[in-house]
Amino acid sequence: MNIHEFQAKEILKRFGVAVPRGIVASTPAEAKAAAIELGGGVCVVKAQIHAGGRGKGGGVKVVKSADEAAEKARDMLGKNLITHQTGPAGRQVRRVLVEQGLNIEREIYLAMVLDRAQSRVSVICSSEGGVEIEEVAAKRPDKILKETIDPVIGLAPFQCRRLAYALEMPSDLTNKMVAVMQGLYRAFDECDASLAEINPLIVTKEGQVMALDAKMNFDSNAFFRQKDILALRDLYEEDPREVEASKYDLSYISLDGNIACMVNGAGLAMATMDIIKLYGGEPANFLDVGGGANKEKVAQAFKILLADPRVRGVLINIFGGIMRCDVLAQGVVEAARELNVNVPLVVRMQGTNVEIGRKILADSGLAIISAETMAEAAEKIVNAVNKT
Amino acid sequence: MSILVNKNTRVLTQGITGATGQFHTKACKDYGTQMVAGVTPGKGGSAFEGIPIFDSVERAVRETGANASVIYVPPPFAADAILESADARIPLIICITEGVPVRDMIKVKRYLVGRSSRLLGPNCPGTITPGECKIGIMPGHIHRPGTIGVVSRSGTLTYEAVDQLTRLGMGQSTCVGIGGDPVHGFEFVDVLAMFSSDPGTEAVVMIGEIGGSAEEEAAAWIKANMKKPVVGFIAGQTAPPGKRMGHAGAIISGGKGTAKEKIAAMTAAGIHMASSPATIGRSMQEAIGK
Repeated sequence: MNIHEFQAKEILKRFGVAVPRGIVASTPAEAKAAAIELGGGVCVVKAQIHAGGRGKGGGVKVVKSADEAAEKARDMLGKNLITHQTGPAGRQVRRVLVEQGLNIEREIYLAMVLDRAQSRVSVICSSEGGVEIEEVAAKRPDKILKETIDPVIGLAPFQCRRLAYALEMPSDLTNKMVAVMQGLYRAFDECDASLAEINPLIVTKEGQVMALDAKMNFDSNAFFRQKDILALRDLYEEDPREVEASKYDLSYISLDGNIACMVNGAGLAMATMDIIKLYGGEPANFLDVGGGANKEKVAQAFKILLADPRVRGVLINIFGGIMRCDVLAQGVVEAARELNVNVPLVVRMQGTNVEIGRKILADSGLAIISAETMAEAAEKIVNAVNKT
Repeated sequence: MSILVNKNTRVLTQGITGATGQFHTKACKDYGTQMVAGVTPGKGGSAFEGIPIFDSVERAVRETGANASVIYVPPPFAADAILESADARIPLIICITEGVPVRDMIKVKRYLVGRSSRLLGPNCPGTITPGECKIGIMPGHIHRPGTIGVVSRSGTLTYEAVDQLTRLGMGQSTCVGIGGDPVHGFEFVDVLAMFSSDPGTEAVVMIGEIGGSAEEEAAAWIKANMKKPVVGFIAGQTAPPGKRMGHAGAIISGGKGTAKEKIAAMTAAGIHMASSPATIGRSMQEAIGK
């Protein structure tokens, strides 16, 4: 789960990481009041959406007065901001963060990431702040510094100093760098984050070390113990169908194609998308109904798929292990009757109770196209969709 | 021959009194697995399907000689269950539980350093040596004893591959699901090394998916060490970047972990890549010339 910049900064502040003074505004008048509150001088107005590249997309503006802050906020609020991470439609800006202007001397990249190969958290930093780290990794891999963190010890001060020296930080700022790094690690660890990034971390002319931007992602598996973090979820930033699916514990991702698919298991669901593409179709979604899906869950999943107006056909691919094919078939038949399905529906089932399941589908009187194998199923749904 | 488990494996279930634990413990027992004990704190002294239940793993091991544990306890308690089994020196710990926080797994893996226990999972289907021992949630009936090793990050996609192998007359030595989480026990490389030295395994199917770099590491290992044919498949060729595709570990982040990169690395290592999930079995037929 992602959160907004202003939320990430509030978290970082709690862990002792210095952040610029800032106030969130959802109207131009609020933005003006915020700028006055911050002293009325130079401020920065920043659009709050869950996507990077806001500066280039026109979502970050430096202003010289409170009136200008109001004006820029008016330009942003309610509009869709398009960045390279939002897709062509962009994201609607519902809030801006008004922050004090700072005298930036230097920009650094700093992040905590999960290092999968080591099964540990690593701190990554680079003197190339303000640039996307992927770009630095591709062009100047020598500029990326890394320390792997022992979970028993935590991020040790000597590791932070090693990084600070490598970044050629002035010696009087070393302790501030150590504090920022340790604070960021503690925020990452204690909040069950999966990413905590400060880009850029700035050094001001006055010798402050501050998080000018902040991004945090969280491990949704830890939400049972991170209620405060879960409360920061912004449903406006998510695809409405994905939000609906999450209510029923269905793993759904919206894609751009027109063939909807319903599958049990994440790997098989991805493979089903792949085989649709292989046969010349385009998948409309990823949907894993889970291992132990019941009739109701199948029916809900079906409703979510059909609510997508682009969908021209549905492929159901189930390998019944724990999930019984007869239960699936009943769920499909009931949902199809209730929803009055008017697009081609191909069902491929294998595994436990497959014969009973196939009989339920055949006896239903519904126009369900049955398939034995994944290849046959993909071919049939692509052909059926091409005909319509 | 086989790897990891066989007819002599003595299994204890952690979380035997929960619905999932009961369902699968019974299914594994029915398959012929020696299910010797169950553990649920506070339920010691009772029994399930004739299997004695203990309060602690330590006690269960002492009384029954269990040498493998399978974990079905809910996510908040799964890490502790793994630690308890490791503390009791169970050689093989299999964690089926889906949804264990990454932070817990980082600590678990740190705890396992220098210990004799090895971990499979979490968020995995388990492992099966057909006809001898099934530990986990896979449907037993699709498997046949044979000489093909299967290792995978997926559950149902593995069943799909196994089903294709069985239908084409190729049985399996052992099938191992290493799980879909970013931090887990056995990696592809560990399982491939075991298959490589197992005289009962003639060839290996390796099923990967987007996210991380375990497939690339496996490809490098295969290129340097593997003498047996390997058939590969990578799921998620159509997955968009930045989205978590069901499995916690199945995410393309920062342009890394794409199917394209993995397929290229595996092809370069001499792995026979199946272009479609429907042709994994056929690719194996071609690879071993049957």
